[in-house]
Amino acid sequence: MRRHSLQHDAEGRLRHLLTIEGLKRAQIVDILDTAESFISVSDQQVRKVPLLRGKTVVNLFFEASTRTLTTFELAAKRLSADVLKININTSATVKGESLLDMLHNLEAMQCDMFVVRHADSGAAHLIARHVAPHVSVINAGDGSHAHPTQALLDMFTIRRRKGEFAPLTVAIVGDIKHSRVARSQIHALTTLGVSELRVVAPKTLLPADVETLGVHVTHDLDEGLRDADVVIMLRLQKERMQGAMLPSEGEYFRTYGLTEERLARAKADAIVMHPGPINRGVEIASSVADGPQSVILEQVSNGIAVRMAVMSMVLGRAPREEGA
Amino acid sequence: MTEQDDIDKLIRQMADELRARLEAARIGDALMVGIHTGGLWVARRLHRLLGLEQPLGELDISFYRDDFSRIGINPQVRPSRLPVSVDDRHILLVDDILHTGRTIRAAMNELFDYGRPASITLAVLGERSGRELPIQADVVGRHFDLGEHEHVKLSGPEPLRLSIVEAP
Repeated sequence: MRRHSLQHDAEGRLRHLLTIEGLKRAQIVDILDTAESFISVSDQQVRKVPLLRGKTVVNLFFEASTRTLTTFELAAKRLSADVLKININTSATVKGESLLDMLHNLEAMQCDMFVVRHADSGAAHLIARHVAPHVSVINAGDGSHAHPTQALLDMFTIRRRKGEFAPLTVAIVGDIKHSRVARSQIHALTTLGVSELRVVAPKTLLPADVETLGVHVTHDLDEGLRDADVVIMLRLQKERMQGAMLPSEGEYFRTYGLTEERLARAKADAIVMHPGPINRGVEIASSVADGPQSVILEQVSNGIAVRMAVMSMVLGRAPREEGA
Repeated sequence: MTEQDDIDKLIRQMADELRARLEAARIGDALMVGIHTGGLWVARRLHRLLGLEQPLGELDISFYRDDFSRIGINPQVRPSRLPVSVDDRHILLVDDILHTGRTIRAAMNELFDYGRPASITLAVLGERSGRELPIQADVVGRHFDLGEHEHVKLSGPEPLRLSIVEAP
């Protein structure tokens, strides 16, 4: 018998969301469809639905984040869940209480979901392996490994703007190597079956195994942008400058920064995306980030609906037996 | 079994009754809202027959069901669409079959999250026994007397057909 993956239950339903890898196309489409329905909740005067009333969601953020943390919190609140935010820097982990001890304490308080952001790859998986059967884990970004809800909200934004994935040419530009967002996007876009997926980066910012992911690699931005329908810019982490991976911010902008002139090589109706936070004048010019083709703020609002969809699907699995 | 012709007749009667109610209450700009999926099929026809000014609203009550923790999220949930504000508006809420009343409770809860309607009138194509909540329809197409294990089901959208099925 094949063992089901850590993030699926015995019936193939999502129990945790840890990575896009291993999700079937139909499952991704289900999440996007459900998110579409949650969009209408923002039109309500009372921007809340009672789905997760009585459930408790704990945001465990071991790494700084504003957008992701806030949209997860808003998503949980719009589902009527109670939300706790554990500030890790001031909590027991610094007092020597181990991570798993802390989790078991939270479980004992009848918490239902952990949303985990951690600087180490695999942190959410580790937690998912050790939680009680009634607890679900959502990966809100682990090291350079995965950021599945970001990729899903990007897919949602692309679908709302472009409709079908099949005819699309998508270019992902920037620090692919250290980007958990890029990894999750690549898995999502290949699973959804875009026509062409290009990654554009200097050699030093490409992972060694990038070709095996089913992407076209180029080091030339103009070539990568040609006739693209979707251009995804990645944040350049400034600390990469020190590791001699890059010459300077100015040099990077001249070679890989997205300006209006360069964007003109993409299709006239191409959309520009960025997971944020933006380094203006480093990977993207302000005129493009704030320009008519930018959907960066749409990505942020879509993040709430997509996270509502994921949370309600994971916590809304019917129990196998009554009274279980 | 109720076939297409009879259903057309039922819906015309419902439209006449709704028109008379609107006229008696001097309501000019009612908003009709159909509940996914069967209620929306019925609402489309009523909306056409009444020639209402406001576009038809659609409600998917999946997020307001009271059995979420037992049956989980409906994978076929669709967006709710209310074309105009419900604040101070007279709502004509339309569903296919009124049974336990739980769907209507959920629909009213959802409507109130969009605003404070002036009134809600409930119109259903069919009603049957088995109410679990104090909810009654104002306009009813047909009443069904059913056995304990029988259900009435609307299939559609073209043609609309009511049939009585044995519950498994």
